[in-house]
Amino acid sequence: MRWLLGRIGVVVLTCAILLVANRLIIDNIKEYYVSVLVLCGLYATLAVSLNLINGITGQFSIGHAGFYAVGAYVGGAWTMLIRPLVVKSLPILQTGTQIGDHLNLFIALVLGTVCAGLTGLLVGLPSLRLRGDYLAIVTLGFGEVIRIVILNMDVVGGPRGFTPITELVNNHGIPLVWIFGLLVVVVAFSRNLLKSAQGLKFLAVREDEIAADAMGVNTTRVKVTAFVIGSAFAGAAGVLYAHCQTGITPDSFDMNTSIIITTMVVLGGTGSISGSLLAGIALTALPELLRNDFIKEYRMVIFSTLLVVFMLTRPQGIFGHREIALPRFLRRLGRKGEPNP
Amino acid sequence: MSQTGLLSIDSVTMRFGGLAAVSEVSVHVDKGELIGLIGPNGAGKTTLFNLMTGVYTPSEGFVSFDGNSLNGRKPFEIVGSGMARTFQNIRLFKALTALENVKIAANIHRQASLFDVVLRTPRLLKLDAEIDAFSRDLLAQLDLADVADVRASDLPYGLQRRLEIARALATEPQLLLLDEPAAGMNPQEKAQLMGLIRQIRERFSLTILLIEHDMKLVMGICERIYVLEYGKLIAEGKPEEIQKNPKVIAAYLGEETE
Repeated sequence: MRWLLGRIGVVVLTCAILLVANRLIIDNIKEYYVSVLVLCGLYATLAVSLNLINGITGQFSIGHAGFYAVGAYVGGAWTMLIRPLVVKSLPILQTGTQIGDHLNLFIALVLGTVCAGLTGLLVGLPSLRLRGDYLAIVTLGFGEVIRIVILNMDVVGGPRGFTPITELVNNHGIPLVWIFGLLVVVVAFSRNLLKSAQGLKFLAVREDEIAADAMGVNTTRVKVTAFVIGSAFAGAAGVLYAHCQTGITPDSFDMNTSIIITTMVVLGGTGSISGSLLAGIALTALPELLRNDFIKEYRMVIFSTLLVVFMLTRPQGIFGHREIALPRFLRRLGRKGEPNP
Repeated sequence: MSQTGLLSIDSVTMRFGGLAAVSEVSVHVDKGELIGLIGPNGAGKTTLFNLMTGVYTPSEGFVSFDGNSLNGRKPFEIVGSGMARTFQNIRLFKALTALENVKIAANIHRQASLFDVVLRTPRLLKLDAEIDAFSRDLLAQLDLADVADVRASDLPYGLQRRLEIARALATEPQLLLLDEPAAGMNPQEKAQLMGLIRQIRERFSLTILLIEHDMKLVMGICERIYVLEYGKLIAEGKPEEIQKNPKVIAAYLGEETE
């Protein structure tokens, strides 16, 4: 049981650090920069979760925004539609109090994550028989299907969107803690997976599916597992996104979003956790911080040009399959107790 | 069919559209045997391997291994029951190290749940340590310990072949299928390979079935030989018998007879 106490210790420590950091950030940083931080955290989470599918397992999926949308809408539906119905019998879910907000967000997160994971299972089971560009097209298609289904669901606002999920917005600090908590979880998850001999199965599927199969790896299961987990994390990010925007519309989850997330994974180096993490943060922060009209206007052009240039000159991305030195250094420290549960 | 048979292939036919790549082939392998499967290019040897390992399901006939029918079973299940293979064109996990290649195969009898993996439970740490020790030991037995941390694609050709055999052995098979293990090797490497095959057969008490084009190697180490031509079995027997069989000479050995 000592290990369990150790793990709990790491989790508690991480929570404490996040809460303290959160307080410092909210008190000292302008609201605008906080919102940039929120986006960085979300996109980093999305990139790292897509890296599980694209980079580590090698299944080129480009419909990640669809799962992000499922999470956002399911989470939103809980807070705006379902919670008001149950709040009478469960007054603890009343928003505005610390406990109420956290609990509420937690429930939304669980629901959104599970639903996005199930959607991932539904999409993954039939489509993971395909490979390479065929799989890419199918996932792209499913991503759009999800968006269009939401677009036609009147109960969540259809094209007008789902507005406003306001209760938690005014209380900025709450989503921020969860966003970075989620980021820590997804990074820790990926890193623990790759650290174990068991996780090598995922890399084996990427390297050579036929050989993996012949070496006793249940390739279908590995691929579907990666897909479901990646989708579930995207869903969790979606829930948090919905709870720190004043509203969400289906447009927030279009193909561009999927492409941006894919770009982050490819640029960071497919398979590199730290690469996806840094690319996720950089590609979100740069356009915001260099906010001039040229970059804003031509963001997609710049992204796609970058992508083409990278594919020609460095197809393995900035970090390739490797992790950068900083996490390795942190990991060494981490053995003695600090990051990653 | 033999009673002590480990593998039996019972009049198996495999059709791709109108083409019968393998037709009415029966093969049986007893425990401990070292058997060769030869035939000209396109005779259906690799197809037969793919039928045994579950890559294809036979159009007709049955394959059974260790008393169980393999028809309709998936490749990864068949490996688990004790039949491992190497590939004609080396199929290592190229970007991974030699050790990692072996570890992936060693996973098969040491599975942990995702829960264990994510929380790094004591159970997982124990399994990981076991896999690590087992894999390093195996590499050492095949003289690959020095290159454990070298990427598979950076290994010289002969060592890649050797690593492929090591990886197959990591699944702890009873029957090892070698698909042209000597392809592309020079005479020295071939001699080494013959030694290696004999050695692992002893040490791991294996039954081996190999496809090979190199007659010296096949005649040198195999106890029995099956000859395929155009998907049909044309001869079966001891190396000396095969060498004298007129059908085989006509089909395959040609002017190599004395």
